[in-house]
Amino acid sequence: MKSNDVMLHTLTRVVTFIILAFSVYLFFAGHNNPGGGFIGGLMTASALLLMYLGFDMKSMKKALPFNYTSMIAVGLLIAIATGVSSMLFGYPFLTQFFEYYQIPILGETELTTALPFDLGVYLVVVAIALTIILTIAEDDA
Amino acid sequence: MPWLHAVILVPFLFAIIVPFLFKRLKRKVHTGWFVFFIPLFLFIYLLNFIPVIANGSTVYHTLPWIPSLGINFTAYLDGLGLIFSLLITGIGALVVLYSIYYMSKEKEALHNFYVYLLLFMGAMLGLVFSDNILVLYVFWELTSISSFLLIAYWYQRKKSRYGAQKSMLITIFGGLAMLSGFIMLSMITNTFSIREMLTKVDLIAQDTLFLPAMILILVGAFTKSAQFPFSIWLPDAMEAPTPVSAYLHSATMVKAGIYLVARFTPIFGGSFEWFWLVSGVGIVTLIYGSITAVRQTDLKALLAYSTISQLGLIMSLLGLGSATLYYGYGDDTTMYTVAITASLFHLINHSTFKGSLFMVVGIIDHETGTRDIRKLGGLMNLMPISFTLMVIGSLSMAGLPPFNGFLSKEMFFTGVLNSAELPIFGMQKVGFLFPVIAWVASVFTFIYCMILILKTFTGKYQPEKLEKKAHEAPIGMLIPPLILASLVIVMFFFPNVISKYLLVPAIMAIVPGAAEAGVEVKISAWHGFNTELFMTIGVVGLGSLLFLYLRKWYWMYRLVPEVIMLNKAYDAALEKLEPASLRFTKRYMTGFIRDYLLYIFAFILLVVGGFLIFLNGFFYDGSNNAPISVYEVVLILAIAIAALGVLFARSRLTAIISVGAVGYIVSMLFVVFRAPDLALTQLVVETVSVALFLLCFYHLPELRKEFSRVRFRATNLIISLGLGSVVTLIALSAQGNRSFEPISSYFENSYELAGAKNMVNAILVDFRGMDTLLEILVLTIAGLGVYTLIKLRITGRDKNEAE
Repeated sequence: MKSNDVMLHTLTRVVTFIILAFSVYLFFAGHNNPGGGFIGGLMTASALLLMYLGFDMKSMKKALPFNYTSMIAVGLLIAIATGVSSMLFGYPFLTQFFEYYQIPILGETELTTALPFDLGVYLVVVAIALTIILTIAEDDA
Repeated sequence: MPWLHAVILVPFLFAIIVPFLFKRLKRKVHTGWFVFFIPLFLFIYLLNFIPVIANGSTVYHTLPWIPSLGINFTAYLDGLGLIFSLLITGIGALVVLYSIYYMSKEKEALHNFYVYLLLFMGAMLGLVFSDNILVLYVFWELTSISSFLLIAYWYQRKKSRYGAQKSMLITIFGGLAMLSGFIMLSMITNTFSIREMLTKVDLIAQDTLFLPAMILILVGAFTKSAQFPFSIWLPDAMEAPTPVSAYLHSATMVKAGIYLVARFTPIFGGSFEWFWLVSGVGIVTLIYGSITAVRQTDLKALLAYSTISQLGLIMSLLGLGSATLYYGYGDDTTMYTVAITASLFHLINHSTFKGSLFMVVGIIDHETGTRDIRKLGGLMNLMPISFTLMVIGSLSMAGLPPFNGFLSKEMFFTGVLNSAELPIFGMQKVGFLFPVIAWVASVFTFIYCMILILKTFTGKYQPEKLEKKAHEAPIGMLIPPLILASLVIVMFFFPNVISKYLLVPAIMAIVPGAAEAGVEVKISAWHGFNTELFMTIGVVGLGSLLFLYLRKWYWMYRLVPEVIMLNKAYDAALEKLEPASLRFTKRYMTGFIRDYLLYIFAFILLVVGGFLIFLNGFFYDGSNNAPISVYEVVLILAIAIAALGVLFARSRLTAIISVGAVGYIVSMLFVVFRAPDLALTQLVVETVSVALFLLCFYHLPELRKEFSRVRFRATNLIISLGLGSVVTLIALSAQGNRSFEPISSYFENSYELAGAKNMVNAILVDFRGMDTLLEILVLTIAGLGVYTLIKLRITGRDKNEAE
């Protein structure tokens, strides 16, 4: 029995976009405001989950052809690489640097090595949340 | 003399080569021939030391082993060590020669046999040469292990394994006790060297650890030397091949305990406790062994009990002789030193005649196929040489002239008679018991010696009961006992050679002060009609009478019920111990996690609560407390209600939702306490975990699903209430006891230090980024765990795992 979920589909399209935008905001805002890689990652995961709820597995797999397991690895690698890169310059593992630059359009902007580290956290959290939930969902036994 | 170490190490080194020799030359030459030259060479080498040692000097050489701990491998040779090392190498050579004819070249695993034997020989030499007590202990345990391997040489037999296990358990038990005694001694004296301890005898005697150290070391010596009541392993060790019994269980290993007692006599001797423990246990062992030996029907068992009895004799003499140390060596105390002389002399004599007796019994076993005296008889004409050897050995053991046993038995009687008149240690009252017991034990010794000769060699020959047709042994098998038996006779006629070159230096090692006073030992076969001679005549008279009418009084043995036998007690202890420990383990290892949790919580409650109460740990200081706001009160009340809802929920669904409520209220608390990051995370994580709980709930099996309240258990209530209040009290007192300023002021500079206005995030990614890194790793592992648990479900696997 296939029901007609037009309401859900339409809403999902709109809301997902908002949640995704909010999660990206949380991720970038983390340095100076509440937020960060962890909560941003969870938010992104929830946006994707909403899409999984609204549409069926098959079309989602077509729409988002990600391999979440390798995404975990990528996230971990980014986080570790940030730490190791400081060692290349003779500093201890995971020493973070930050500097202010004048960038066109954005104006004075702070660039920090904490960001790629947070990106690693973000990717791992997104991938793990989705891995766990999708694995359980796909399990028929 | 650096070669002294080589004496110890040569057997070990050669043991490495033996298997190669065996593999290469298995069919051509008996492996024993190669081994034979090792003890022979060592014996001849050690003979060179006799003149040096007889002059009263000693030889030692130190090799550093663990110098930082003061553990050095010091080979030390004095009179006492020389006697033992000559016995070990001399009888070792003869036993190897005997084993060449005894052990079949084709059937036996000879490489194992000779490796174990060489291992034992090296360990035994190391034991008697060691000056460092820890090195001595190492060699001591090596003798236990190699003896274990030798007893179980025919490991296919159940009785061999049983005997090996028994001897292992008992001797290792004693060895460990001895080790703790040694450690106490080294704690008192701050040295591991026996020679240095001798200079601190006064210090040891005053220490409170004197008695424990002494008892523990004696336990080691008594278990090794098969003293009462640890003697039970020796008869069962007779399952070993006869050369092993002859070597280990009559001449060498069982005398390691004697060596230990002799070696430590100058340290502990002269005290009341040492005197009574050593002599008392010795005399009890003497009478127990000799009485029990008479009832044996197996020749080797008879010899085992006779060994126990003779070891008891030597031990009691050492104990009685220690009275000399009470006075110090001098003209008026030489009469007590006789006991020590007698013990050393008998030690040598016993090795000679007991070794030859075991070999003769081995010959009988080898040539007739049985050792049971009920099947044997009438072998005198068939095996004349064995018969002669048996007569010599047995009569020497019984203490008759013209054999060396007579001399040491006369000295034994002299020793006990002298000691009976000792005016110290309460001997005035009970001293007379010693000669009486000694005399009775000698009567029994005489009886079993007669059994040994007459029941095997005289009477009717019963070929139908024997597996093989009896005949004389090959000459190679007879040479070793012949050599020993001739020594038995030679030593009777020239005892003073032995006393001058071996006994006197040994006495100097045992009795300090003897060297300065110029110790004199004269042994003569005839010193007129004295008490000792009449005692011997009495022994022969009564012994012959009792032997003739053995059948008339043998029923008395049946009066002693088997129940009180020590073996039964040992077996019962071993049998009961296992089920008892199983029951004990089963009682508390129930397999229910709720029980284990109960133990854990109860333990935390006891330890933490106990500290709080008994160390006055509780301290409350409310002066720094923040004012309580209305929001906090309301939220806390809500949490309490939600938490109680979990406890009293009738259905699980209610409980899950209550848990979710608790989580959301906690995130509200985070808001109130101004932690926005935490509140955000808590909200999302709580949602996810409630969803997962619901998932679990949905998949509960239908069959036994029930809607029931949490069952009430009083212990659980008490422990959970107790634990809760203990944690609360600790939190309160920790709050009141803040001894340092918090370090959070440092993180307040996060904008200058890390370029971040969000302090929490700065800590997470910058200041303490390592924790975050590892936490996402934890997350990864959890995620992969879920993935593998669900995806990698191989069907039918459960059945295999259950097996």
